[in-house]
Amino acid sequence: MSAPATDASPTTVREFRLPDLGEGLTESEIVQWHVTEGDTVELNQIIADVETAKAVVELPSPYAGVVVRLHEPAGAVVDVGAPIVSFRIAGEPEAVVRPVPEDEAPARREPNLVGYGAAVEKGGRPQRRSRSTVPAAGAPVPQVPALEATVLPATVLPATVLPATVLPAAIPAPTSAPERRPAPVQTPAQARTAVPSAALAPGRSHPAVHDVSAASSRTVVAPTDERPRSTPPVRKLARDLGIALEDLAGTGPGALITRADVLAALAGAAGPAAAVLDAGTAPVGSPEPARAERAAAAPGEIRTPIKGMRKHTAAAMVASAFTAPHVTEFLTIDVTPTMELLAELKGSRAFEGTKVTPLTLVAKAVCIAVARNPTLNSSWDEAAQEIVQYSAVNLGIAAATPRGLLVPNIKGAQGLALVELARALNGLTETARAGRTPPADLAGGTLSITNIGVFGIDAGTPILNPREAAILAMGAVRSMPWEYQGTVALRSVMTLSLSFDHRLVDGEQGSRFLADVGTILRNPAMVLTMV
Amino acid sequence: MTEDSTQPGAGPDSGSDPQGAAPSGTGGTVHPGPGREGADDLVRLVDHHGVRHPDRHYDALVADVDGAALQKLYEDMVVVRRIDAEATALQRQGELALWPPLLGQEAAQIGSGRALRSDDFVFSSYRENAVAYCRGVDLGDILRVWRGNASSGWDPYTINMATPQVIIGAQTLHATGYAMGIINDGADSVAVTYFGDGATSQGDVNEAMVFAASYQAPVIFFCQNNHWAISEPVGLQAHVPIARRAPGFGIPSVRVDGNDVLACLAVTREALTRARSGGGPTFIEAVTYRMGPHTTADDPTRYRDANELEDWAARDPLARIATLLDSLGLLGADYSDAVKAKADAVAAELREGCLSMPEPAPSDVFRHVYSEPNSWLERQQDHYERYLASFAPAPQEGTR
Repeated sequence: MSAPATDASPTTVREFRLPDLGEGLTESEIVQWHVTEGDTVELNQIIADVETAKAVVELPSPYAGVVVRLHEPAGAVVDVGAPIVSFRIAGEPEAVVRPVPEDEAPARREPNLVGYGAAVEKGGRPQRRSRSTVPAAGAPVPQVPALEATVLPATVLPATVLPATVLPAAIPAPTSAPERRPAPVQTPAQARTAVPSAALAPGRSHPAVHDVSAASSRTVVAPTDERPRSTPPVRKLARDLGIALEDLAGTGPGALITRADVLAALAGAAGPAAAVLDAGTAPVGSPEPARAERAAAAPGEIRTPIKGMRKHTAAAMVASAFTAPHVTEFLTIDVTPTMELLAELKGSRAFEGTKVTPLTLVAKAVCIAVARNPTLNSSWDEAAQEIVQYSAVNLGIAAATPRGLLVPNIKGAQGLALVELARALNGLTETARAGRTPPADLAGGTLSITNIGVFGIDAGTPILNPREAAILAMGAVRSMPWEYQGTVALRSVMTLSLSFDHRLVDGEQGSRFLADVGTILRNPAMVLTMV
Repeated sequence: MTEDSTQPGAGPDSGSDPQGAAPSGTGGTVHPGPGREGADDLVRLVDHHGVRHPDRHYDALVADVDGAALQKLYEDMVVVRRIDAEATALQRQGELALWPPLLGQEAAQIGSGRALRSDDFVFSSYRENAVAYCRGVDLGDILRVWRGNASSGWDPYTINMATPQVIIGAQTLHATGYAMGIINDGADSVAVTYFGDGATSQGDVNEAMVFAASYQAPVIFFCQNNHWAISEPVGLQAHVPIARRAPGFGIPSVRVDGNDVLACLAVTREALTRARSGGGPTFIEAVTYRMGPHTTADDPTRYRDANELEDWAARDPLARIATLLDSLGLLGADYSDAVKAKADAVAAELREGCLSMPEPAPSDVFRHVYSEPNSWLERQQDHYERYLASFAPAPQEGTR
């Protein structure tokens, strides 16, 4: 690429650069030259055949003149915008032969639809005016003196080191700032509110206020608050992967963050600036982990955005666990008579076609026991400062479903005969496992059972379903050596774990309830003494 | 007629293409004349050998076209062909983003365009640059959009021609609506809409025809059947000649040799007379051929037979009139030189108009949105200018 001679008046040398011959093409192949250096050509004389991705086309000369140089040989694949031929034009007025740009030092240009496109900026993208040096015309100037006077001694934070850039970079504004601020300086209102709140905050969080050097260095690190340059699919990919674009250095044209950059960050090549907020280590009790920064996943990690069912479950568990003071009691019992009853029921005509399980009998026992200990079937109404005791037992059953943990409940379980209760339980669990539980089934529960025994687990400390006073976990039925009629025998043994809300259920009531359930399961005939 | 077997529309493509060579007798032709009783149903006054055929009906409509007028029509076609070639070259030279050539369709556009009165209104597609030339458009304005210099090329009311519609067929609705307005005004002007064979598959065109017929609107549907909807041959979408569809809407139609400028003039005049006298719409199918690519970004050799192009090159609209003029002794050296000089001058004017077009300013996007000042738009412009002012000055470099 040679700089065209521009001084050789009256003749002028013009370069002709490969245009975009189709719509949005970036390169073409020179198939054949129809002229050689030294040839005299007319305007629009065909000088070459050029093949684009779309067609082979003839290239008409943009000038009348003499071909002085063919920059590319036939067969060359040339980028759009690259010079391919130079002409010497004699004695024509400038206006007539002006079409091709005459750059002293031809810069690479981005292919464009028309002409030769926009010149590539040095930084790869248009340069914004520096925020700290040139306020936009008419934009308000931050009221720096006011800050000095009211908040900070001038010796600590002189006005000269308090350009507006310090504020948004170092101090999170209390109001939600837009991602893109059109005005390059902070408005006085923002400045006034930002600094006092920052000054009141703990120094560890906001070093800029107390440490001038830290503030200065932060200014260098964060000269702009513009959104990093990328494309919508890449932004979505980064969001899905939990990668913060702000932490990436784009390798594409104009610092564009590419798909490869995001994937590289996922593979662990992310910069050290990546702020990690591991959901597992976050303070569980914080009501809103607001505006958590996306962390780049380390190798071997799979990061899943917290949303949907998981988010709801977490919120419910946090609310329950840190609102209701839980007490959990355990009772391990010999349920061999219950298992014998179960076998009997399975063979009975009344239960033909109906699945009966230990859960069925536990549920029935709970319904009977709660009638004798109604405190367990109640709720703490914080807002009304009242304890609400329910006459109906809407018995919740914790179920693992495709959507996650659900606790649908059986309305009025206390009024159901055993076979009805069995059918209700079967219907409830089948619906839940199919993911078709209606919202009404999830609302209004008063007391719950969780069957951890199906997983082979013995005991645990269940967390209350929110607004309920008790939850019973039934463990696995195990064949164990157990005391039986004065000797050790192999018996069917189960552990019950009862958590209750100690605000409204005392140890006495909880214990009596659990004991009653245990009594029934130890010897179902004891129901005769209870109802 | 023995000669008809070699005429356009009865050529070698007759077996495969019903549009070029429709069987005779059943077409939508309103006034079948003696010249159309042979192998095709096209209105034709000058065949591709340059022979003028008398026509009982249409001769009267071009009785005023004497030798000088015929010379003018020929000059028009030469000039617009040159405009087309120059614009194509400008695209190849990087001065236009795109250009839709009209090569081969000169007669259809000049013949119809020269039939119009200045108070008639044209709604065209993007290929009717010869019609725009007839309307007196400033030559640079033809290129303005294709250069990416402005959103539209001209003020439609200065030449009574809407700026080209790129949405296929949408302009037929605009024309019909305009024609309904003419009825309300009690005027006798006519709306003329141009579209291609491909556009007739669009709902817009069919809806426009329903309304035009319902309101008996003074609108002419001028379809240039150039045989190719980009890469799809017309036979794919039309199993009968396109003109035959119009009677189904209650619109009289006519098929004309679109490469015969005299015949195109005649059928358009007939349709104009019908519209001005309250006779309602007319559908004209001008059977012609797009000899070039769909646009400069297209390569027709990938989808059409080179022989087909050869066949239609033999029916060139300019060559036949040149032959006719020559036979009449009207193609002298003086005349030929004058025509060439005119074409050269127009081409130079077109090129200069293109290259000297000032680059638009960023805020020009706010112009031509409203005809009167608009405070909201002014506010947006103010914001946009302040936004632009927030950038550092662009590096000093040569501009295009």
